[in-house]
Amino acid sequence: MWAGVVLIGGCGSVLRFLVDGVVGTRLGRGFPFGTLVVNVSGAMILGFITGLALGADEALLAGTAAVGSYTTFSTWMFETQRLTEERQNRSAALNVIVSLVLGVGAAALGRWIGIRV
Amino acid sequence: MPTPAQNSANAAPTTRRFRSLPRLDRREVAAIFVGGALGTLLRAALSEAFPQSATNWPWPTFIVNVVAAFLLGYFVTRLQERLPLSSYRRPLLGTGLCGGLSTFSTMQVELLKMVDAGAYWLALGYAIASVAAGYAAIHVATGAVRRVWVPR
Repeated sequence: MWAGVVLIGGCGSVLRFLVDGVVGTRLGRGFPFGTLVVNVSGAMILGFITGLALGADEALLAGTAAVGSYTTFSTWMFETQRLTEERQNRSAALNVIVSLVLGVGAAALGRWIGIRV
Repeated sequence: MPTPAQNSANAAPTTRRFRSLPRLDRREVAAIFVGGALGTLLRAALSEAFPQSATNWPWPTFIVNVVAAFLLGYFVTRLQERLPLSSYRRPLLGTGLCGGLSTFSTMQVELLKMVDAGAYWLALGYAIASVAAGYAAIHVATGAVRRVWVPR
């Protein structure tokens, strides 16, 4: 069980790195789109998993381990702080607000789908 | 202590190039995997040890997120501005450990459940406190690293 958490957590982190890299390459590094895409997509998947109402073990592996490690709070805050250091306060504020609005919205949508599957 | 020899680790190892990825270094990916696995284990153990209800303050998520933010600010600033270049430390400690330890998705689902339960003020307070504490943690960690005198 905990071996699964470790393995899945490692994979989720590598997937985050890959998605962030692809999005960053495509959309540019001026605004942290990579982390935004990772976090909003992860919020939707976790919402979906919540809607499925899995057992405790499945929820731990799929939700806490896989999606939890895929998304990141620390990088989101780091990029926001570095934007303010570069005096891009508008981008920093947008990064916080857009992430939260889309994040909760995506989680709600994912759960709505999960309940109906 | 970092040694000049570690700079050689940055001397572009042979990497396969993918169309959409700038660089995919096997050691870098391995470092992210190891760090992410450890961070996830810590976070999962904490969340299992302290189960939460929708209308309580989600301390496990809040704490791992703020701690991970502080560590990320410390590691990245130190690695970028204080230590010789290293090809595996940032992926191991930053992308892996801090990324795996912190979570955005769980926070969003917790916010959603608070809203469902009618705990609007709790949701608002949790969102604001998380962002404020996470931002402050990065700021303080960055400042602490930059204040340290470095021999040139």
